[in-house]
Amino acid sequence: MEAALQTNIQNCYHCGDSCGDEPIVAHEKAFCCDGCKAVYELLEENNLCTYYNLEESPGLTGKKPVSDARFAYLDDPGVEAQLINFRSDKICKLTFYIPQMHCSSCIWLLENLFKLNPGIAETTVNFMRKEVALTYFHEKTSLREVVELLTRIGYEPAITLADTDGKKTTTKSRTIIYKLGIAGFAFGNVMLLAFPDYLDFTQGLQHSFGSFFGYLSILLSIPVFFYSARGFFTSAWEGIKQRMVNIDLPISTGLLALFFVSLFDILTGHGPGYLDSFTGLVFFMLIGKYFQQRTYDTLSFDRDYTSYFPVSITVLKENGEESSTAVRNLQVGDRIRIRNQELIPADAILLHGRAMIDYSFVSGESEPVEKVVGEVIYAGGRQVGESIELEVVKEVSQGYLTQLWNDTVFSKNEEQYLHTYSNIAGKYFIIVTLMVAAGALVYWVPRDMDIAMKAFTSVLIIACPCALSLATPFVHGHTMRVFGRNKFYLKNTGVVERLAKIDTVVFDKTGTLTEPSEAEVTYTGKTLSEPQQQAILSVLRHSTHPLSQRISESIQGSTAPVTGFQEYTGKGLVGEVNGMLVRVGSAAYLGVPADKQKDTLKTTVYVSVDGVVLGYYTFFNVYRNGLSSVLGDLKEKKIAVLSGDNDHEEARLRELLGNEAELNFNQSPVQKLEYIQKLKEQDHRQVLMVGDGLNDAGALKQSDAGIALSNSVTNFSPSCDAILDAESFDKLSLFLKFSKKTMTLILLTFAVSLVYNVVGLTMAVMGLFTPIVSAILMPISTLSVMTFATLSVKYAAKKAGL
Amino acid sequence: MYIIFVLIAVSVLVAAGFLAAFLWAVRSGQYDDDYTPAVRMLFENEFNGVPKTEKPGQKQS
Repeated sequence: MEAALQTNIQNCYHCGDSCGDEPIVAHEKAFCCDGCKAVYELLEENNLCTYYNLEESPGLTGKKPVSDARFAYLDDPGVEAQLINFRSDKICKLTFYIPQMHCSSCIWLLENLFKLNPGIAETTVNFMRKEVALTYFHEKTSLREVVELLTRIGYEPAITLADTDGKKTTTKSRTIIYKLGIAGFAFGNVMLLAFPDYLDFTQGLQHSFGSFFGYLSILLSIPVFFYSARGFFTSAWEGIKQRMVNIDLPISTGLLALFFVSLFDILTGHGPGYLDSFTGLVFFMLIGKYFQQRTYDTLSFDRDYTSYFPVSITVLKENGEESSTAVRNLQVGDRIRIRNQELIPADAILLHGRAMIDYSFVSGESEPVEKVVGEVIYAGGRQVGESIELEVVKEVSQGYLTQLWNDTVFSKNEEQYLHTYSNIAGKYFIIVTLMVAAGALVYWVPRDMDIAMKAFTSVLIIACPCALSLATPFVHGHTMRVFGRNKFYLKNTGVVERLAKIDTVVFDKTGTLTEPSEAEVTYTGKTLSEPQQQAILSVLRHSTHPLSQRISESIQGSTAPVTGFQEYTGKGLVGEVNGMLVRVGSAAYLGVPADKQKDTLKTTVYVSVDGVVLGYYTFFNVYRNGLSSVLGDLKEKKIAVLSGDNDHEEARLRELLGNEAELNFNQSPVQKLEYIQKLKEQDHRQVLMVGDGLNDAGALKQSDAGIALSNSVTNFSPSCDAILDAESFDKLSLFLKFSKKTMTLILLTFAVSLVYNVVGLTMAVMGLFTPIVSAILMPISTLSVMTFATLSVKYAAKKAGL
Repeated sequence: MYIIFVLIAVSVLVAAGFLAAFLWAVRSGQYDDDYTPAVRMLFENEFNGVPKTEKPGQKQS
């Protein structure tokens, strides 16, 4: 696509990135970097070029440098044992999570890995889960070699601390499918056997074979009763134990009545029973459950810091030797080495080197922070630049950030949301049902004992709120799908309901309201001439400092050769271009007096040419697209901002959010959590938290609904209820509105099923409830509720523009 | 009319056979991933001369 727009700039054959001014040409193809070229050559050598035929430029950029020592920890038998699922004397099996997997070429290449390393026996990709199940011969190759190969071709598996936490429970539950299969099987067959009941001309058949059909039906229904329907009974029983009425209680009552009345009828020869209805209802309700259970396999909603932290780290021994150690075994006093782009796993003191720590993901500070020797660096930051040496001062689990997970919120069970619509409805439902049943009993007992029993059980059967229980899963299930299509992924269907009740929205600032990868750079001061600009750009290009890179991205133009380039740690740069002496750096470095400095809270970079200070660059956050429209739509809700950053953006935020919004700056992760707690407990608010970083994890968990915003949904995101792709941020208010609408839809569906119930109940009370009526009423009510729910959500979504 | 007993027995047996097949399919993991096999199927056509390597739905340990 992009190639068509920029005709003179070539795009990399491997990864599709623009090749810039000087593409690397090899084998008649252009590459953007040596990394990409190397991958291509490797694939070509092994006849794997089909990779490039399946999709255009399927590769992943090879620009990221990889240090060889990085995977040394995989040679450690302890780490290896934790990662491997199965080991025999010949082979090892394990599963990697590879978030970079994105197209069918990826599947193809990953499944042909054995051609690149003969020690690999077999690889099977599960694309939806972005997992590769790998089998290798441990005599021919090692885990480290396998991981290095994957990394070399661009598919670095995400191996994090969470993987070594013991065996993950990745085996997906298949129980619901078994249950569904058995219920469906029984339903079909029992229906067939019950068929003669309903028709006049088969009455003869019923006479001679009635009991045989009956017994066979019982036989078929028993597994449904004991296996397929068990979930409803246990859930109802759990509810009773906690003195709560949930929707499963009336369902269970209905199912029990249905089953035992049928059993009694058949065994005493009274009639054919209602086992067809029984099996049918269980089948339909399981479909509803299945629907509700289907979520997004690829996305993980329950991550904590362990899935962000690395497995191992380079430790320096006393004699200066480097060795890899598992992060878990890191002890206070250990000296560790952190390289470019590596994560600091524990709170530590800087001993050596120039630390530029990128905390953007952790504490919400937008710029990398410079630390000097002797300062404490908190865990979770990422080093940008040269490698540094640190001494660990706190164990991993006791760090500033990781301590957040010791809060009680994280140990609380998820089951705190029992007050859902259907459970509340279920409560009234069972009260009314029992009253009607008792009323029917009282009315009929003095008149006709036989009809009394029939009416009583019929009421319980027909009033079984199966249709009611289907309404919620279907409406919510479809809503979830609509959201998913719009890149808003919910953890489960219950989240829709919680979103509908929200009256307070709390935002994190950095990374949530602002675009994390961008910063607006503005220049204040004397206008720069063209040669001056070129000179500044040329000097900046030589620096790897993140601020230099930000500024150089904002300046257009070509570069000129630089002589006498020097970079002073923590101060600035100097260099000579075309006879101009350019100095770029902090105010102190350029000798700008303190009283002349403006906006001390903002990050500023001063420039001077030939000793004359010309001006300075300031960095502003860039707010996300559509932010003002989202905020406008959320007017009637209370809005608050929690930021880990300082308050230099306050004025701009005020302007965006209005005067009523609460703005809180310099918030620590724990303060954020406590703020949400306060809103919930003191003000009885239903709080929606929108955040993106590890530091929001506590607040996300504490809130009624926590949305993690992510630029790439398969990347790490903190534990939350929903993941929102940053692209769809502008639809946030739409999502909230739509979830509110779905609640109306559920009520409408309730109304539809209520009509059936009223008709059925009236007939049941009057003693008119016959098998033929039940046979018609039951499936029709169930199916019409399912259809209504499906169609209404589709229609509403279309209307809402989702 | 007693043939009906036989017929019903046969029909239930056939249905049970299908149920067993279904349960086996679920057990062997064929319902775990409903996307990749569909893509994988297309590769082998496009790629002549190299022996087939994988079968979809291999058992996961």
